[in-house]
Formats: sequence, C-alpha cells, structure tokens
Amino acid sequence: MRLVLDIWRQKNASDAGRFVRYDVPDVNEHMSFLEMLDVLNQRLIEKGEEPVAFDSDCREGICGMCGFVINGTPHGPARGGTVCQLHMRYFKDGDQVRLEPWRAAAFPVVKDLVVDRSAFDRVIVAGGFISSRAGSAVDANAILVDKPDADRAMDMAACIGCGACVATCPNASAALFVSAKIAHLGLLPQGQPERDQRALGMIQQAQAEGFGHCTVIGECSAVCPKNIDLDAIARANKDFVKAVLRYREPAAAGGSG
Amino acid sequence: MRIYPAVHYVMGGLWVDYNLMSNLPGLFVGGEANFSDHGANRLGASALMQGLGDGYFVLPTTMNNYLAQGGIAKVEASHPAFKDAEREVKERTETFLKTNGKRSVDSFHRELGNLLWENVGMARSEKSLKEALAKIPAIRDEFHKNVRVLGTGAELNQELEKAGRVADFLDLAELLSTDALHRNESCGGHFRVEYATPEGEAQRNDADFAYVAAWEWKGKGHPWNLNKEPLTFETAHLATRSYK
Repeated sequence: MRLVLDIWRQKNASDAGRFVRYDVPDVNEHMSFLEMLDVLNQRLIEKGEEPVAFDSDCREGICGMCGFVINGTPHGPARGGTVCQLHMRYFKDGDQVRLEPWRAAAFPVVKDLVVDRSAFDRVIVAGGFISSRAGSAVDANAILVDKPDADRAMDMAACIGCGACVATCPNASAALFVSAKIAHLGLLPQGQPERDQRALGMIQQAQAEGFGHCTVIGECSAVCPKNIDLDAIARANKDFVKAVLRYREPAAAGGSG
Repeated sequence: MRIYPAVHYVMGGLWVDYNLMSNLPGLFVGGEANFSDHGANRLGASALMQGLGDGYFVLPTTMNNYLAQGGIAKVEASHPAFKDAEREVKERTETFLKTNGKRSVDSFHRELGNLLWENVGMARSEKSLKEALAKIPAIRDEFHKNVRVLGTGAELNQELEKAGRVADFLDLAELLSTDALHRNESCGGHFRVEYATPEGEAQRNDADFAYVAAWEWKGKGHPWNLNKEPLTFETAHLATRSYK
C-alpha cells in the first residue's frame, strides 16, 4: 500500500519545527509501524537526508521507550498497545498519516518525534520506591499478600511510563501515570511505610514539573497501552488527601535520651 | 514476528572475580552482563536467575565490603584518564561524521548479522568459523571507509549512536568466532557439528575444555589473550544430561 506521511521534523529544542511530507509507496501490511519508519529512514539516508528520529527499544510493548501521536491519537488507532506493536494492516492504501511528538510543556522536544521524559524519572524518585533491609534475602511468602491486592497491584505495575496519558490529556496531566505508580506500591504490604510520603512526594513533584491538573476526562485511560483504569486516579487522590491530613515530617535525630 | 537468538546468545559476559568485581577496581558487574554462574547458558530463565542471584545474594555483601574498605576516591573531570577518554570519544565521533561514505549503518549491521547467523549460529563448524573470521575484518574495513552517518554530533543523532554500537559488534563478532573456533567440543549453546554423538547430540570434551575462556583485550590491533580458568567440581560432578 501507498502512504503519505506528514512527519514533524524539528532539528533540536531551539528549532521551530514543521511538518514534512514523505511518500512511502510500498508499505507491507505485516510491517510494524516502526519497521515502516525504518524503511523510510534507510531511503532518506540513501538520499543524503537526515533520518527521522524516534525512540524505540524492545519493540514488543514492554519497555515504554516508543511512542508518538498518529493522526491525533497516541500510539495510533489500535487499543491496548504501543506504537511498536501497531501493524500497518490498520491502515489503507492512500491513507494520509500525521506523526507528531508527545506535546506537553513538561516533555520538551529533543528532536523530531523524540521528547525528553526525564520529568517522569524525577516523579519516580520522589516516591516510587519501598524501603527494604539490606543483608540476606527474606524467605519467600514471609509477607502474605491477598490475591485481589496482588492482582490489582500487578495491573498498576503494568504501567511502562511511556507518556501517552500526558500526550492525550487536554491538561497535559500525568495523573494516570502518577496514580498507577502510587497504587502499585500502595496496594502491597511492603509499600505501607512510605505510603503517605509517596502520595505527597509524587503528586507534588508532578505539579512542580509542569504537568496539569486532572479533571477526570478519561482520555488517558482510553489511550493507555496497558489499559490502566481511571479508578487508579480516584485511589491516588484518596491517598493524597489522607496523607495531607496525616503526614508529619520525620522527627530530627533523637536526643541522647 | 520473527523469532531468532537475541544478543544474549553470545553466551558470555565481562570477566569478574568471585565477588563479581571486574578487573577494574570498583566496577562490579551483575546479572547477565557478567560471565559467571550462567555464563555458558542463557536459555530459558537462567538469565533471570543470575540477575536475582547476583542482586539478592552476592552484590549486597561484596559491594558493601568493598565500600567499607575505603571504596574509590572521587575522580575529577581534570584527571588525565578522563581527558584521554573524552579525546578518544571525540575522535571516534568525528571520524564517523567525516567518513561520508555510501552505505548506511544498518546495511553493515545486517551484513554482519547475516554472516553470524549463517556461520556462527547454533550449529557451527571449523569451516564456517574460519570463513566468518576471514570476512569480518573485510566488513570492518569497509565499514570504517564507507559508512554514511549524517547530521552532527552536537545534538541527538541516533545514527551516530548506532555507528558506535555496530563498530563494537564487529569486534565482538570476531571474538565470538575466535572463541567458538578454539573450543573443539560441543557444550551448552555451542554446538560444533564435528563434535556430536552418533545420535547427533552434543559431545563434550571435559579432558581438554573444562575451563572458562577469559579473553583479555590487549589493545587495538593485538590478538586477544586467552586466560583459562579451570572448572573444578567438588560435590556435584560433571555428567551428560539426557533429554530423552
């Protein structure tokens, strides 16, 4: 099939950027979307033009590295998958396809379709961890976890931090990402000691990074490649409110007593 | 989806001592990146087991011990080693950008991949390995003379990143073939067609090859030096597994 691609080209952060049209006359329906771009890039190199920059790594939907907006939808028309899992059979001969990077103030464009998502890393650092004793490993099953909680935590842990939720949200809110991370650890017994600190730290960091507020529109959940439910956000809000009321700064190192 | 042996089928990793520290003091290597426990076998979940074993049981003890003994001094960016490394990277980067040849990085990657797939794959022979060893230097020469890396080194340049990686793959491919050629037996993921039982199963040679081959880098243009670390078995003894 023949496709006409309008791709956002931007040399670096200080370049204004523009859409450039590319004709790909021989797309195979079995290609993944990224393989199709690989083919385009090889041709651009042959012609002496710089290839289109886009992020990817595992190419099997588990690493969270890839992602851009295809015709207005992050990760493209298929549900529950990343752009590397999207196959060209979702497109028809003659389709015009528009590719642009995640657009959010907190995700500055690095080049073409590549954005800087280090804001997510800083949100994780602000609370996405548990404390654990060093030394020899604990016995298996020493801490029991209820099956429903384990399942729910697993659903939340499925978040790969790709940023599609931010890209699709009219407020550029990272609420779904942040909530999934808060709920993932907050549902498990190992995550209880830092539960308040986690909710406060991660939500405050997300605001400091410039992500918008959540107004429960739900587009995030609709485009999430891991189908994270919107109720993650309700759960995180509850944790946040409780934490605001309950959290106290840890006492300074105790006196000699 | 095409399924094929991935990069961890290189079946090896960086040399480490018993505490999982490499030959560079203070540089610990954990999980699949080192050669140790499962170095010769990356099948199934072995790699996961090694990650868990190293991370849970070994490194929390050995790294603490190293740090408790003083660890390493802080290194400033003005250190001569830092300057050397920076200059080397700059030279390498500029060379790639200036080469301005005719072929893309991917075309070399594919050529090398095809050669390894055919000659250094799951079944290899003396003949196929010698052929690979004859062809790899030619691909490498061509790569350094005729690669086309567009753009600059001043901003994100994924082709430049890939060029550095393919340059490394070329060296790794040569080492992989050298090691496979020297090991005159079939063992684990290394199946030499000359060394098979009448039924076509892998035929080990424990008398001559019950050792780890630790290949030491002696600098550019010099052959790798083979260090043999004998494998000694005290309680469990070597046996042949039967899948029948």
